[in-house]
Amino acid sequence: MKILTGNDLRSGAVTWWNGSGWSLFVDDAVDVGDASNGSEGAEEILAREQAARRVNAAYAIEASIDASGHVRPAHIKDRVRALGPTVRRDLGVTTADKTGWDWVI
Amino acid sequence: MYRYDQYDQAMVDARVEEFRDQARRRLEGKLTEDQFKPLRLMNGLYLQLHAYMLRVAIPYGTLDARQMEMLSHIADKYDRGYGHFTTRQNIQYNWIKLEDAADILADLATVEMHAIQTSGNCIRNISSDHFAGAAADEVVDPRPYAELMRQWSSFHPEFTYLPRKFKIAVIASEKDRAAMRLHDIGVRIIKRDGEVGAQFYAGGGMGRTPMIAPMIRDFVPLDQFITYAEACLRVYNRYGRRDNKYKARIKILVHELGAAEYIRQVEEEFAHMLTVGVEPPREELARIAEYFAPPAFVDGPKTVDRSDPDFALWVDRNTHRHKHDAYVSAVISLKPAGGIPGDATSEQMRIVAKLAREYSFDELRVMHTQNLLLPHVRIADLHAVWTALDEAGLGAANMDTIEDIIACPGLDYCSLANARSIPLAQRISERFAETGRTEVVGELKLKISGCINACGHHHAGHIGILGVDKKGKENFQLSLGGSEAEDVSLAKITGPGFDEDGVVAAVEKVTDVYLASRTEGERFLDTYRRIGMEPFKEALYD
Repeated sequence: MKILTGNDLRSGAVTWWNGSGWSLFVDDAVDVGDASNGSEGAEEILAREQAARRVNAAYAIEASIDASGHVRPAHIKDRVRALGPTVRRDLGVTTADKTGWDWVI
Repeated sequence: MYRYDQYDQAMVDARVEEFRDQARRRLEGKLTEDQFKPLRLMNGLYLQLHAYMLRVAIPYGTLDARQMEMLSHIADKYDRGYGHFTTRQNIQYNWIKLEDAADILADLATVEMHAIQTSGNCIRNISSDHFAGAAADEVVDPRPYAELMRQWSSFHPEFTYLPRKFKIAVIASEKDRAAMRLHDIGVRIIKRDGEVGAQFYAGGGMGRTPMIAPMIRDFVPLDQFITYAEACLRVYNRYGRRDNKYKARIKILVHELGAAEYIRQVEEEFAHMLTVGVEPPREELARIAEYFAPPAFVDGPKTVDRSDPDFALWVDRNTHRHKHDAYVSAVISLKPAGGIPGDATSEQMRIVAKLAREYSFDELRVMHTQNLLLPHVRIADLHAVWTALDEAGLGAANMDTIEDIIACPGLDYCSLANARSIPLAQRISERFAETGRTEVVGELKLKISGCINACGHHHAGHIGILGVDKKGKENFQLSLGGSEAEDVSLAKITGPGFDEDGVVAAVEKVTDVYLASRTEGERFLDTYRRIGMEPFKEALYD
């Protein structure tokens, strides 16, 4: 699947496209890979959202959904972005996914 | 230390308001990110993995207690209660909001600090020997010359858009404690026949193409100091490559031209510039030097009570000989075993500021090794200082040991990184601390970078580790034999890389070879240079 991520313009916080807005939680990310059914493609969403300043430095990445239904970015860099610094978990994103840190590295 | 005059303050204040307007326009949508990015970078504001990151300049690593307290205040008010001291004697905050950035710069300006030229293709913060003004072996205090260069290079209209970033280090002793020859320009202040002048080196650097700077002039008289630096920059600015950012640093120009041809061109430009008259008057250097007059040292005890072994070890490890024999310089380790190299909490910053005020003539230094320093501590006060540091978690006795690891932020924070650096530093320091091997191994400088840009100075580590991305997995290349000191050398890669567990084990194997091979009193680096790479490779790969 293809998902969209970027940083909030004001706070810089990592955000994920959830279909109608930007969420702090990677599990909220939705697949934007299939534009064949007439829905917006990644490029259109990125252009619109960045122009509206709802996100900054946004881009599309590959991801998958694991057996528990959690969204897993493919690249290690985006996995680290999803939860926060592995060395300061106290400062990372609080998530209901208890296995979250297990898949980052 | 230097204090801003009306011009310094006016320039910094004006820049704050200029940036406030730029940030406002970005937030209101009047500037795109492409338009805004170079403007925020000129003020040290990056966008990193998790948030904006602000890099604050600490000129030649010198600051006073009120400045450290301001850094602490910023950590509390605008960040998450800590900061990260860097290998270029700066501090970085990792969780900055764009909407707060101008307020932070305004707060910094109240204590004569800023983030100007901490990014971008300009002359960056001038770094120096962290023991400057205190070291027993220095010819003179190098900081007035560094400050003169800071003033010359700040807002220099000709050098705002260089082919690439430009880093300068200034030292004034035979010992190199600032990685001087691994800078774009390195300056060593020397005395020749009683006259103070400057020795220039150019074309050093780390990054993807590490190079050691050759000497390009053995003596520049002080009344031509800035003119010569200007000539070096002008030749680079004119001929440095702008077509390829990976070949744009001055080291590539010096290498491709050859040192002799670069020197010829600099000399030609220098002769021309001497006729133009860009050199500041000598009175300006004298005015600056007055700010760096030595404090009023007083005589006192020259030895400590060594009955407490922990204190005695800290004195042995973390203090450095001072030019006045009743004083030492005391290193405040930001490397507790298992800790994050260079990180300090806001509370620790406040404690350090208080100690500076009480025990070190209100002076502090940031070391390029990501530690802090109280430069002038009376030997009589050492136990009180150590006790306070120890209570604050700042009493680790590990300067220049394998626990004193330089590590860049790596993939935990940095958008350029390919692998994490900090967890390796944590595991290695913990492992050696637990097994008690740190003391046995002695001086061993281990440096870790999370990508080829080498912010963790891995090329210059006695042991260097470079993190790379190998098919989506972290992988670590090990290298041996580097040094950033006066015996400068570049480390050589041992062979195939390792995973995280593997590289921690590999570091232990390397130290096993050293311990089995060293002669009496021989450092790791000296053993490596004597026996070569082969015994280490055999232990690692056979």
